[in-house]
Amino acid sequence: MFTLPWRLERRGILGMNRRNISYISRYNPRRLYPLVDNKLKTKLLAQKAGITTPALIGTIQSQHDVSLLAELLRDVPGFAIKPAKGSGGKGILVLSRYDDTQYVKNSGTLVTLTELQRHVSNILSGLYSLGGSPDIAIIEELIEFDPQLGGYSFEGVPDIRVIVCRGYPVMAMMRLSTRSSDGKANLHQGAVGVGLDIATGRPLKAVQNGLSVERHPDTGRELSELVIPRWGQLLELAARCYEESGLGYLGTDMVLDRRYGPMLLELNARPGLTIQVANGCGLLPRLEIIDALSDADVARPAAERVELSRQWFCAESELRTETTL
Amino acid sequence: MNIGSFSFTRAPFFLLVGFLLVIGIVLTLHRHWMYEVPLVYGETQTIWSVEAKVEFNAHGGPVKVSMARPSAQDGFTVLKEAGASPGYGLNFMDGNEPRAEWTVRGAKGKQELFYRAEILVSQMQSGADLPPPAIDPVSWPEPYASAVNEVLAGAYATSADNYSLTRELLKRFQEDETAQHIELLRTHYADQLPELWVEMLHKARVPASVVYGLNLQDGRRRQNLMPLLRVWNGNDSQIFELPGEKSNASVLLAADTPLLLWEQRGAPVLDVTGGTDSSIRFSMLKREESTYANIAENLSSQHDFLNFSIHSLPVEEQAMFKTILLIPIGALIVCILRIIIGIRTSGTFMPVLIALAFIQTSLVTGLVGFLLVVATGLFIRGYLSRLNLLLVARITAVIITVIAIISIFSVLSYKLGLTEGLKITFFPMIILSWTIERMSILWEEEGGREVMVQGGGSLLTAVLAYWAMSDPWVRHLTFNFIGIQFIVLALVLLIGSYTGYRLLELKRFKAFGS
Repeated sequence: MFTLPWRLERRGILGMNRRNISYISRYNPRRLYPLVDNKLKTKLLAQKAGITTPALIGTIQSQHDVSLLAELLRDVPGFAIKPAKGSGGKGILVLSRYDDTQYVKNSGTLVTLTELQRHVSNILSGLYSLGGSPDIAIIEELIEFDPQLGGYSFEGVPDIRVIVCRGYPVMAMMRLSTRSSDGKANLHQGAVGVGLDIATGRPLKAVQNGLSVERHPDTGRELSELVIPRWGQLLELAARCYEESGLGYLGTDMVLDRRYGPMLLELNARPGLTIQVANGCGLLPRLEIIDALSDADVARPAAERVELSRQWFCAESELRTETTL
Repeated sequence: MNIGSFSFTRAPFFLLVGFLLVIGIVLTLHRHWMYEVPLVYGETQTIWSVEAKVEFNAHGGPVKVSMARPSAQDGFTVLKEAGASPGYGLNFMDGNEPRAEWTVRGAKGKQELFYRAEILVSQMQSGADLPPPAIDPVSWPEPYASAVNEVLAGAYATSADNYSLTRELLKRFQEDETAQHIELLRTHYADQLPELWVEMLHKARVPASVVYGLNLQDGRRRQNLMPLLRVWNGNDSQIFELPGEKSNASVLLAADTPLLLWEQRGAPVLDVTGGTDSSIRFSMLKREESTYANIAENLSSQHDFLNFSIHSLPVEEQAMFKTILLIPIGALIVCILRIIIGIRTSGTFMPVLIALAFIQTSLVTGLVGFLLVVATGLFIRGYLSRLNLLLVARITAVIITVIAIISIFSVLSYKLGLTEGLKITFFPMIILSWTIERMSILWEEEGGREVMVQGGGSLLTAVLAYWAMSDPWVRHLTFNFIGIQFIVLALVLLIGSYTGYRLLELKRFKAFGS
């Protein structure tokens, strides 16, 4: 049922308390949190820095503007509505146009304009935001995810989480939504987490609900065959978020778009620890390497930092087909 | 490196923690040695501080306030008394009828007078025999006279002496509420039933008077006196509780609260000349001290700086602090459970507030009440979520719903004879509403399992915090030793710098254990 603490220590597992004290409160100044806790601010920041993000269709900032929703969505084939201050994917609705007053979810459920307006109104009153503070709703263009990733996700868009410490990518994982996660890419809701090798972007290990899996439970695709296109570019984008946000311990959520390549979805100043389970290894040994770096190392350009990370953090895959090769 | 590893890079931090620990221990020991307050709970005698607060409106002329004072009686000794009343002359009159008398030449407007007595519980003490009062001739107008005679004749026939006559009489008023005579008397003398009973007993040549007592319960504020019947048999006398009193005024009191007789002779409790709208309310507080400490306290001057403690506050405020000083203990439990164990709760310190409510209600009643209110609230909240309301309005609706649920449960349980159910009103309603709202959102987003995890975690935390906070040892230490607060603070700081694994992480990452 339980393991012993020194065993975790030996495997270099980062625990919640250590993460909070030694990394989050040490590297992330509190005043920078609003940047990442507000998706609109993150997006504007990224745009200014030339980091690609999904195109903004519009925002709704007050209850009065909710009635303008139909106008805003008139000619848009598909879109995602998000609360700017939402966390953990709460309140995100991904819809395609059906007719003038109806939209359709990935799952095929129809959503009427009235329901949509109610959802936006809930977002504005802070239902999904931290502490229930008033919020704004962001409407973004749909991501058309890279066809190479087809069959690896059920309904939702697979996203890639890269932990970036002082500008160096240290660990990465892809999150694949499943039927049981209801199209959401949250691991605790039943999504599949696939650990990715920092050096190559190849899959290392895959877990669902804490257990190892070999195939996607819904589509049946062999997870060991997963190839992430434009891996280096993706890592560089993630690494650049450090300079732009100023946060030294950062979770970057990326997606691969068919047209624009790697794009930044959102930043997280308190990235979770499950990435260790998906990678089958602990964060601590890698973080300790980064801790020991000088300020000059940290000030290197993003491309150099990614190159160093790829040298330091390569790992052996645990997935079966990989070992039979 | 193991689970107990702390980061040792911050010397000033550990200096601060050490400093706090030393202050805490020194203050605690100082209080123990200098003031003889026992560190061990139980080696003590119980002392009740009872404070009477007299309020009235003065008319501008001379004012004289005369108040009954408690005197030695079975089980209690009055250790010392004091009054606070700026501008008033105060005299304690002893003798057969101990009274306190405040006098002033001129006072106008709202007046507040305080009287405080330290009363020692001692089983050895027995009250002085009071001579029976004189029996006044009484008569009633018809048809009440015949009703009185009828009831009295019935009670007389089924009794043997003064005490059994009283019991029979009170029983008739309690049980035969529908009998015609009783109903007639009850309706006509609704406000003066105790006086009616005394007169009826006098009619039967039984010496009796209405006396007033106070149910002593720790930390109570703004309490009223309870009328009681004192009946003599020769020079011997007994106290009778009145039917109807128990079910109204003291419904929330535990069964075994000691009863202090405030007024033993049948004289008025409060007599104000030169003022109107007078009222008297009582606050009380229990503390455990060694007898020597009392003597020492009596001898020492009150201006000792190191004796700086909440015990110098009025009893009403002390009673409040008794609870306030427990909150750090509850918060410490939350810290331990969240940081060391890793339990998830809904709302960080919500469990402490629930635990405080449990202290008022008792654990089982509290748990049942909490689950009933939250379950019903979640059910109704499910309907509210379909109404498409704005957030603030929806939570307001939930608050009103929670109040409605609490009212309905109170009335229902009272009707069913479960007076325990009334305690449900001790729950913090706004907190309950937020809990319901948060649980409901959690249910929609993460499913029922997460609600169970967080709800269960919150309840478990609340129960553990309740146990810690209701433990007589903990209560004794937190209330008597202010130094404990420093020690708790130091512990919390230490826990706050703990970087080891949480207990539940050992389960979460157990895949790495092999």
